[in-house]
Amino acid sequence: MANYSTNEFKSGLKVMLDGEPCSIMENEYVKPGKGQAFNRVKLRNLRNGRVMEKTFKSGESLEGADVIELDMEYLYTDGEFWHFMATDGSFEQHGASQEAVGDTVKWLKEQDIYTVTLFNGAVLTVTPPNFVELEVTETDPGLKGDTAQGGSKPATLSTGAVVKVPLFINVGEVLKIDTRTGEYVSRA
Amino acid sequence: MTWKPSASTMAMQLRARLYHSIRQHFIEHPALEVETPILAQAPVTDPNIAPMQTQDGRWLHTSPEYAMKRLLCAGSGDIYQIAKVFRQGEAGQRHNPEFSMLEWYRLGCGLPQLMAEVASLTRRLLSQQWPTLGLKHLSYRQAMQQFAGVDPFEADDAEITALGQSLAGQVLDLTRDGWLDVIMSHRVEPALPGDTLVFIDHFPASQAALAKVSMDEHGVPVAQRFELYFNGYELANGYDELSDPVEQRQRFEREAAGRPIDEALLQALEAGLPACSGVAMGLDRLVMLMCQTNRIADVLTFDWSRA
Repeated sequence: MANYSTNEFKSGLKVMLDGEPCSIMENEYVKPGKGQAFNRVKLRNLRNGRVMEKTFKSGESLEGADVIELDMEYLYTDGEFWHFMATDGSFEQHGASQEAVGDTVKWLKEQDIYTVTLFNGAVLTVTPPNFVELEVTETDPGLKGDTAQGGSKPATLSTGAVVKVPLFINVGEVLKIDTRTGEYVSRA
Repeated sequence: MTWKPSASTMAMQLRARLYHSIRQHFIEHPALEVETPILAQAPVTDPNIAPMQTQDGRWLHTSPEYAMKRLLCAGSGDIYQIAKVFRQGEAGQRHNPEFSMLEWYRLGCGLPQLMAEVASLTRRLLSQQWPTLGLKHLSYRQAMQQFAGVDPFEADDAEITALGQSLAGQVLDLTRDGWLDVIMSHRVEPALPGDTLVFIDHFPASQAALAKVSMDEHGVPVAQRFELYFNGYELANGYDELSDPVEQRQRFEREAAGRPIDEALLQALEAGLPACSGVAMGLDRLVMLMCQTNRIADVLTFDWSRA
């Protein structure tokens, strides 16, 4: 991969830092008076999502990271890997480990499309769409007439995820869930 | 790339008014406006400033300092200049490799007097936005002790390095001065009081550049140099000017790292530089403050990407 100098750092650039693939979020040039020039850089570790602030001497460089993002359809799991297929017509398939799938496992529904990040050709992370639609498989019976206000109860969805839903929701209904917060949005 | 300017009409008007006020100041407090060459045969030697070179081997000036000192040696008296200057690689949200600088020199003037003039001019220039501005003086040692909890002269290298590394978030290949720069820019500058002109002086002798070095009250050699900080910006950098040609040659030779040395300046110093102080102010930053923006592009007709 190419090397990138601090003056090429811009938001979205993928670089290697301490052996970890990172995405640059912000880059600020700092030049104290008569002193050494620095770049204060905010980076996100693409493996664990952790955000770091690092200072570099201006002109230093980092190796680019071989990171690509693909839209992929979730196919199935064999218990060890979760398998995805590219939607670009190439039928390219990749298996994601449990570590790579992480918390997204609770939003995985067959035939839905996810953003799969590949690092050196292997799945690094799987990101769900902001909203998913999932069926309720288990919850207390719905309360008739309660359509608007007050109270919530846990509901288990087809993926195993448990979310808080309004009291009027019944088993078999399909719900729209915000994956960023894990919260119920509406009936689908 | 777009053909349109990056600055608003208001920013251009504020800049025009700023330059008018500066010239008015130097009519009321007389100094001669001068012009010096932008393309010179010898560049700055400061290792932290990268000059640009043209194909025919000339250097774009990074400040008009060397040529203005030759004028002082030739008997010009008090002088000032508004100049475009050029520094390679200094690009960022708040930096543009080509920028505008006000530089002036006063004969027989010490740093306290020059700081007073800088404060009064800055207050005048920013009076529309800040009708009253506080004033604070700190030594480099006081600023570092107060805001970073470290004595920059007494602390050993290990302590300075450890603090710098914790602020930088990683190990860097830096000298002691480099780590002090990290501490200053990451910890001290952001902590300085707001809406206040903060003058910091008595820098370490190793950061003297073209300033005189003398002993402070602790018997520590310090640079007779000040910086003016205001709301996160470094606005000005002033020196009690070094006039000793022998010492100046030593500093040039220590720093030059292969760049040619300005022999004309050294000859001028041998002829004699009258006792004087000088200061450089960043004009784009003043316009940025007047426009309440933190993007230098907003105050340049055409920023680096559109130039």
